[in-house]
Amino acid sequence: MSVYASLLSVLRWIAAISLLAGTASAAALDVGQAAPDFKLEGVDEAITLSGLRGHLVYVDFWASWCVPCRQSFPWMNTLQGKFRDKGLRVVAINLDETVDASKEFLTRWPPNFKIAFDPTGITPRAFGLLGMPTSFLIGRDGKVIFRHLGFRNSDRAELEARIATALAAS
Amino acid sequence: MKRTCALAFASLLVAGCATGNPVRAWEKAVLAKPEMGFGQDRLDAQLSEHTYFSKEAASGGSSIGGGGCGCN
Repeated sequence: MSVYASLLSVLRWIAAISLLAGTASAAALDVGQAAPDFKLEGVDEAITLSGLRGHLVYVDFWASWCVPCRQSFPWMNTLQGKFRDKGLRVVAINLDETVDASKEFLTRWPPNFKIAFDPTGITPRAFGLLGMPTSFLIGRDGKVIFRHLGFRNSDRAELEARIATALAAS
Repeated sequence: MKRTCALAFASLLVAGCATGNPVRAWEKAVLAKPEMGFGQDRLDAQLSEHTYFSKEAASGGSSIGGGGCGCN
């Protein structure tokens, strides 16, 4: 066998193995699918998704180092205040590796909604998170109504309108 | 025999490059630190980014922590 032929066969092997090793990734949770339940430490008490059944739940994944999250927190405060009576509950799941890391953020941008802590990253894995921040609106039946990747101030109006529609429809 | 050994060794080496456990979106706290960026001057970096995306019609990838698109 010539040198080139054996080199080619080695390259083929390399390509095959790289492909195999690179394909393992979690699928993102889609609209209409049931959101996986979670039980996480909160500020005062444990927070579960099943415990909020019957409400529309806006689940937001954030971290102290995530820049757009600084914009989404004041907006979620407004959102929670505006739609609380209509049955909306905002739960922001912190994904910092230590709970301490989130403290400064929470002092600077104090929330009026529920904060849960998931330093091990089990929940984002179950939800198939692809970027930071990501939010999911979960219906009263526990199924995903929509998901939103990222956050910009220009997203506010559209998101609020979609949440208002979902609240009115259920 | 020699060839098989070489193949097996090469396979092992390459398998190490393509990790089955990539860094997930929520695991980028250290990567998001300002000192992990390419530039020192924030304003200068923003100007360069702006020029880049105007010319290339593509953005992102130069830092982590986000511009709001949730893609990095």
